[in-house]
Formats: sequence, C-alpha cells, structure tokens
Amino acid sequence: MLPPLKKGGRGDFSGASIARWLVQPDSEYSMLAQFLQFLFSGVTVGAIYALAALGFTLIYNASHVINFAQGEFIMIGGMLTWAFVDAGLPMPLAVALAIAVAALVGMLVVRLAIEPAKGADVVGLIIITIGVSLVIRGLAQVWLGKETHSVAAFSTSEPIAVLGASLLPQSLWVLGVTGAVVAALWWFFARTILGKAILATAFDSLAARLVGINTRLVLYLSFALSAALGALGGILVAPITMTSYDVGIMLGLKGFVAAVLGGLGSGLGAVVGGIIVGLMEAMAAGYISSAYKDAVPFLLILAILFFLPRGLFGAKVTERV
Amino acid sequence: MKSSNHIGLLILAAILAALPLVFSNAYYFDVAIRIAMNAVVVMGLNLLVGFAGQISLGHAGFLGIGAYASAVLTTAGWHPLAAMAAGAAIAGMLAVVVARPIFRLKGHYLAMATLGLGIIVAIVISNESAWTGGPDGMPVPALSIAGFEIAGEKRWYALAAGLLLFSTWASLNLIDSPFGRALRALHGSEVASQVVGVDVTRYKLAVFALSAMFASVMGSLTAHYTAFVTPGLAGFFHSVELITMVVVGGMASIFGSIVGAALLTLLPQVLATLEGWETVAFGSILILTMIFLPRGLVPTLAARFGRKA
Repeated sequence: MLPPLKKGGRGDFSGASIARWLVQPDSEYSMLAQFLQFLFSGVTVGAIYALAALGFTLIYNASHVINFAQGEFIMIGGMLTWAFVDAGLPMPLAVALAIAVAALVGMLVVRLAIEPAKGADVVGLIIITIGVSLVIRGLAQVWLGKETHSVAAFSTSEPIAVLGASLLPQSLWVLGVTGAVVAALWWFFARTILGKAILATAFDSLAARLVGINTRLVLYLSFALSAALGALGGILVAPITMTSYDVGIMLGLKGFVAAVLGGLGSGLGAVVGGIIVGLMEAMAAGYISSAYKDAVPFLLILAILFFLPRGLFGAKVTERV
Repeated sequence: MKSSNHIGLLILAAILAALPLVFSNAYYFDVAIRIAMNAVVVMGLNLLVGFAGQISLGHAGFLGIGAYASAVLTTAGWHPLAAMAAGAAIAGMLAVVVARPIFRLKGHYLAMATLGLGIIVAIVISNESAWTGGPDGMPVPALSIAGFEIAGEKRWYALAAGLLLFSTWASLNLIDSPFGRALRALHGSEVASQVVGVDVTRYKLAVFALSAMFASVMGSLTAHYTAFVTPGLAGFFHSVELITMVVVGGMASIFGSIVGAALLTLLPQVLATLEGWETVAFGSILILTMIFLPRGLVPTLAARFGRKA
C-alpha cells in the first residue's frame, strides 16, 4: 500500500519535489553511484550464473538430464584452485589443473552414474545427479575441509573508481573471460564439426547416430565441457566471494534458475538468463532487502513457471503421443 | 484391500507392539519415534512421487511450515491442535496455489517449482528472526491435549506408532479406492487416463496438497517432540533426504516407505562418527539404488519372491 501523500515528504511526486531532488547534486550523484555499484555486482555474479546455466544447457541438450551436480563443478573450481595454490603451485597452473580435474570428474560422472542407469526416467536421472552432487560435496568436505578459503585476485585487488562507484578489477576478469568463453562456444558450435555433432545430437539423438555421429562421445564431451565451464566460473568468482565445500548448492541452483529463465536448452537464453538473475538479485539486495536476496532467483522461477513456462528463448514444444 | 496388505498391516502392528519390549533404554525409543515420524512423511511424499509420478524437491518446506506454525502459534498461546491445523491449512493452500498453474504443463516443472518454494520457506524462516528465532531456532512448548501432556519417550512412541499404523492403513485404503486407481492410471499413462475420464490435473493437485498436509502435520509433531526447531528442518538437504527415503524404499510402495525411512534414519546413527562421509554415503546410496534397484528395495524383493507388493 502506498503511504499517504505528504507535501514534500516521501511519496510526494509533484513536480516541485522532483525538481528539488534533481538540483541536489550530492544526492543525485550518490544515487547514480549506488546504482552503478549494484549494476557492477549484479553483472559480475550474473556472469557466473551464465556459465553455470550454459553448463546446464549443454548437458540438457546432449542427454535431457537436468544435472543437479552442476553447482559442485563450480565448487571444485574454486576449492581446487585454492588447494593447488596452497600447495605451492603458481596461479595459472593451479587454475588449469582445477579445470582439468573438474572436466575429468564430469566424465567420471557419466561413466559411473549416468551410463549405468540407462533407461532411467527423468525423475530417476534427477535423483542420480542429486546423489552425484552429495558425493562430490561430501568428498570435498572430507578431503579439503570445512573451512572457508580465499583465493588471491588475478591482478590487483585495488578497486577502480567509476563515477563514485568502485569496480573490482576481478569483476573485469569475470566479464572478460566469460565474454571470451561465450564467443569461443559460439564459434565451436557454429563452425566446428564436433560442435555441430553435439547440436545434431541435441536435436535428435537417434537421427544423429544414424548419420554416424558418436553420441556416446558427445555425452562425455558435454559433461566435460559443462564441468569445465562451471569450474571456470567458480575460479573467477572465488577471489570476490571466497570459497568453501558448500558454495555449490546455491550457485548451482541459481544457475539452474538462469537456464530455465532463458528457456532450458537455449545457449543465448542461458547467458541472458544468468545476467538477468544476477542483476535482479543485486538490485533486490540493494534496494529492497539484502536478507532476501537469495530468495529472488526462486521467486523468479515460480513467476516464470506461472507466466512463461518456456522461458524467454525456449523453443516451442510439440509432443508426440 | 488385498490379503497380502492385511498380512503386512498385521505384521507391522505386531512389530510396533513388540519393539518396546526389547528396547532397553530411551535412545532406542528416540530412534524408533524418529523413524515412525519420517515414515509418515515419506508415505505422503510417496503418494505424489510413486503414484502421481511427480517429484517434489521442496517437501521439507511443508514440514517446516508445520513445525514453525506449531512453534510460533503455541508460543503465542494457541491450542496445539489449532496451531497444527493452521500449519496444515497453510501448507495445503500453498501447495494448491503453486501447483495449479504448473500441472497444466507437461514435464517435470513441479520439481523446479517445489525446489524454489522449499528454499523460499527456509529463507523466510531464517530471516524473520523476530518470530522464528532466525538461524538459531526457537523452543517449542510441550504438546498437551485436554490436560494430558504427551511427554516422555513411551507416550511419544505410542503416539508415533499409532500414527504410523493409521497412516499405513489409510494409504493402503486410498490406493485401493477409486481415487487411488485413478492415481495409478495417471502414472501408467496420462493420455489413457484422460481418455477414460480421469481429471488429471485435479487428481495431481489433490495428491500434492494431501502430501503437503501430511508433511506439515508431521512437522508440527516433530517440533513438539524435539521441543526445539531450526531452519534446517525446512532446508533443501532435508528435502533430498525425504526423496532418498522414497526412492530407496521403493516408489509406489507403502511398506517400502517405512523401510526407506527406517534405513535412512538409522544410517546417520551408524555414520555419526564419520563426519562428511555421511553425505558421501547418502549420495552413493541414491546413485546405487537408481542403478541397481530402480524400483526400490521392497518392490524388487517382493518381485523376487514371486509376489507383487
């Protein structure tokens, strides 16, 4: 309910009061700075959600599995980078190793959990990936401990001042690397034979097999790629948010919301969905309530299911009976 | 009801009656009470997963609603039964409001919606600390009905065992009723059941609301029993535990729900000393069950011994 109108107070939207607002340079300036601050943090975290959402999309397209273990790949990236750096490895090597291990774990998941369950229905596959996420999280807790760890920023951690807001250099890393990855993925799917094989399998797995595509290879590749994407996101964001064995749950679920928002299965949708989820969360945290920021993506998913069940970019579904 | 179900019910009653004779201390009673309470929630969830073929990843949210309705309202002076009923009404209404638009869609959108709903409930409980005590939790007054206080492990055991027996009987009857036959038809083929005149959306909605209310009532009782509630009760991990119990015991198996609840309630007691491995064990059990016993323990064993569960 709107508060009662009071002359000159909150809720007074008369021209005079708006003008008085605008000529107060101090408050106008800080409002802009505040907005920029929320924008920066929203886009940064949105990029991580976008990478996670791309991972969901890749696996969903290759196998129609909704991979609830996606968040654990994000956790593996951050935690392993910390562990390798802690063991004395140089940062670039630690990052490369963490991504490689995540990709390997992704393929192990297919070999040990997805392939043996051939013929399981959607509910069964959801349950299996939940099982996988528990196993990965539990092993991380046992082997790497329950503590929260920080990872050093890639370059300086001195914030850059932009119109009164401060931008972390690590945010630029996040955005730059995510942008490069999205471009590389586009090239991979549009221009390489392997990428087209994955797309063909996503369209119709049986037809793809008939024209000689190794759909088993596609399945392994999709899981490896999507694990690597998740891990990369986890590594990029770790210097900003810190990392621990249990960060995967929330990051993964929000990446899933992003994928659904974009219309599960659409690559562009995943990226746009990720940015939207990140922005809405940051704006809600800034302007409404920081305590409820984690609820925003989940309110969003309920709203999508009610009003836009195919997401923003999802294909029209036709079902054969 | 089939005769094998009558026998099963009799065996269950005999076991429940015999257990107090062999329990040597309060710890055994405590574990048995937790098993019975979990079993009732799992039975409700199983009606949804096993019979309507829909998965709920936020069932702990409904349990949390019941638990906190009892905690908050009885602290404010409400009668425990009124608080319990209020919780169940809220849970049931929320289930209908959320699921109504979703059941018109094909596919497993309910998993996503319940996932979101459960997490939102947990976040609200954690944040509204003025009422709920926030992340630290809050104490719950004892359950007393008409001057009779349910306290001590023996009275609680009697209550939990009675409820379990009643729920088992009610669920078995429900499955054999026209309602239950419609549900099973639904799981077999939605199109076919529509053709013979089953209102698919309405049945799914009814069973979802019913299972949400099951969870809420048991949440209320759990709150009174443990005398303390924390937001973890409504958390995602608890929802996963409940689904695990359904899957391990056997989807669409009433007795399987009891077995699943018993095994997975006992497991943490066994693994309590190995922190972290408990999570690994839970995950492994989920994966292995889906691979080797996709129908769950009880239906698979029943099929092996030549009878249908």
